Amino acid sequence: MTLKTMNMPQLGESVTEGTISQWLVSAGDTVDIYQPLVDVMTDKVNAEVPSSFKGIIKECLVTEDETVAVGTPICHIEVEEIEAAKVEETARKKEQAVVSEKQSMKKRYSPKVLSLASEHGVDLSAITGTGLNGRITRKDVEMFIEKPSPTSTDKQKDISLSQPEQVHAKRIANKQSPHPEFKGDREIPVTGIRKSIAENMVRATSEIPHAWMMIEVDVTNLVNYRNAEKTKFKEQEGYNLSYFSFFLNAVAKALKKFPELNSSWQGDTIVQHKDINLSIAVGNETELYVPVIKNVDEKSIKGIAKDVHVLAHKAKHGQLTNEDMTGGTFTVNNTGTFGSVQSMGVINYPQAAILQVESIVKRPVIIDDMIAARDMVNLCLSLDHRVLDGVICGRFMSHVKGILENISGDTTPIY
Amino acid sequence: MTVMSYIEAINRAMKEEMRRDDDVFLLGEDVGKRGGVFRASEGLYEAFGQTRVIDTPLAESAIVGVGIGASMYGMKPIAEIQFVDFILPAVNQIVSEAAKMRYRSNNDWSCPITIRAPYGGGVHGALYHSQSLEALFASQPGLKIVMPSSPKDALGLLKAAIRDPDPVLYLEHKKAYRLLKEDLPDEEVLIEIGKANTVRKGDDLTVITYGLCVEFSKKAAEKLTEKGHTVELLDLRTVYPLDEQAIIEAAKKTGKVLLITEDNKEGSIISEVSAIIGEHCLFDLDAPIFRLAAPNVPAMPYAPPLEKAFMVSEDKVYEKMLEVAMY
Repeated sequence: MTLKTMNMPQLGESVTEGTISQWLVSAGDTVDIYQPLVDVMTDKVNAEVPSSFKGIIKECLVTEDETVAVGTPICHIEVEEIEAAKVEETARKKEQAVVSEKQSMKKRYSPKVLSLASEHGVDLSAITGTGLNGRITRKDVEMFIEKPSPTSTDKQKDISLSQPEQVHAKRIANKQSPHPEFKGDREIPVTGIRKSIAENMVRATSEIPHAWMMIEVDVTNLVNYRNAEKTKFKEQEGYNLSYFSFFLNAVAKALKKFPELNSSWQGDTIVQHKDINLSIAVGNETELYVPVIKNVDEKSIKGIAKDVHVLAHKAKHGQLTNEDMTGGTFTVNNTGTFGSVQSMGVINYPQAAILQVESIVKRPVIIDDMIAARDMVNLCLSLDHRVLDGVICGRFMSHVKGILENISGDTTPIY
Repeated sequence: MTVMSYIEAINRAMKEEMRRDDDVFLLGEDVGKRGGVFRASEGLYEAFGQTRVIDTPLAESAIVGVGIGASMYGMKPIAEIQFVDFILPAVNQIVSEAAKMRYRSNNDWSCPITIRAPYGGGVHGALYHSQSLEALFASQPGLKIVMPSSPKDALGLLKAAIRDPDPVLYLEHKKAYRLLKEDLPDEEVLIEIGKANTVRKGDDLTVITYGLCVEFSKKAAEKLTEKGHTVELLDLRTVYPLDEQAIIEAAKKTGKVLLITEDNKEGSIISEVSAIIGEHCLFDLDAPIFRLAAPNVPAMPYAPPLEKAFMVSEDKVYEKMLEVAMY
């Protein structure tokens, strides 16, 4: 019997860590080679990790929802083969070393750190080290001297305090948490997809100068057309003929005419993309995915509806692959599904614009001095003002409007 | 301003100095009609004639020895060794004669000779056309060793070397010859020998290196800013004698020092740099002194994968920089 170790695999090129979302086996289970062991979530993909060995699960080393670096042992499997006991021993030793190493450098102070600490009367135990294995670095001390902790600035003013007292005051200040605590508050660690969403949003909003535009479209024709076809379509194809497919189709046609919007900001150049690949936002309760429908301009309404259906299904079950989510050139967001009638989208970096399709509502509209009940929808565009200006976007939007208002069986066949 | 490669800058330096001073002349294997095996002396034979651009036999000891004799009579020779790998027959001339001349003659005689030699690997030159031999000469007071890292430095340092009243060993990286290009001012460029150069300023770690490794470090440091770490990069320029003051200041600035050389690690130039930092900067160090160098293997292998494994590269520098930054 030999004990083998499974490590966190590298799921994707730039991926450095993964979160265990669910164990599919538990200690004592017999597993076959390639049998899925665990669901792992990274900021790019969710994947199952297959077993590299045939044997019995001895121990799961990482608990669910825990995030570990690539290469970290995640479980031990007892394998039948007889191998030198030496291998096992070194593996175990290594693992012990990793655990004890985590904070092993916390109290190893470099000469510079000690010099700075004595010069400024800093209590090193109050500092959290950011260096290797918890080591306190020169920068950590300098940062601490500059800004001891967010809540103790008032203490800083009181220079007359003798040094030990000052240090003590700092220590107390450090123990106070920065926000008031209420019973039942739940802390949710920011990991995986959430972390990735947060980073992308901060990047997009801080880097891109957003500008906004909204137009109103009369989609009465579209509503009538789709209502006439939807039952038959569902029977024939097995999935819904959604309004969203028609919007994607109209956007793709308009992008063909105005390629300026189908571009991305690349620092010193603006790249205009030949392919029209539309990113669509698909969410579940906790996460947001932005899968991509490729070459939308080459697809029929049915083809688009099918892609939307497949991607939404994959997103719901966490099966989206990296391949599904890359290559987008423009984003269309179906905010209308939540009943929203107006919104300001955040551009999907590094694309140049995002279009929000709001909900279709029946409203009184004046046509030829008469009041009519029409199906109206708002389309909201957020644009990167470095790449695009109002004139071109205005033309694009009125082109989309024109296409949508003239939809019928003749202009837009489903097949 | 004119864009010039590293080797064009070397050619320009010799041309300018030969024009400025009639005592300057060049000697070496194939430096004349052929213009040098790397074409470093292209056009000099045509411009200055066979008495000032002299083809020599395959005898390195004689190339340097003749140069030393001429320099003692007031000439300013530039002796070219085709590859530094072949300088070894001339070691006695360089170390025992040139380097010690002023000292042993109680200042009566001196040797204002410049010895140029291409060094370095990464060009599939194998064992005898890839070596870095600067450390072999770096413990000889009386001798100076300069190793430029850019076309501008190649120009300014060679002109300063030719004008220096004592022997200077000028080592030029053969991979840099056509790899590095730079806009150079048309007016005269002179760079003081013995002074290091701060290539870029940073706050997270200090990298001290020289020669082609400066180029790798520049690029890697640029990439490292994406991770939020900034690098203080010091180019030694003169590897012997070392600019102690600049080394100490650079090391103290961040307390985390990475030393890089293309040479084998043991007993290399950076070993001495490390000793200087150890002597002077103890209380300013925030990490052990890190070294990145070639492995302790006799010489650069020929097989491309092995050469790649042996040679310092931008990727290796980046990895090491990250390790030091995270320490």
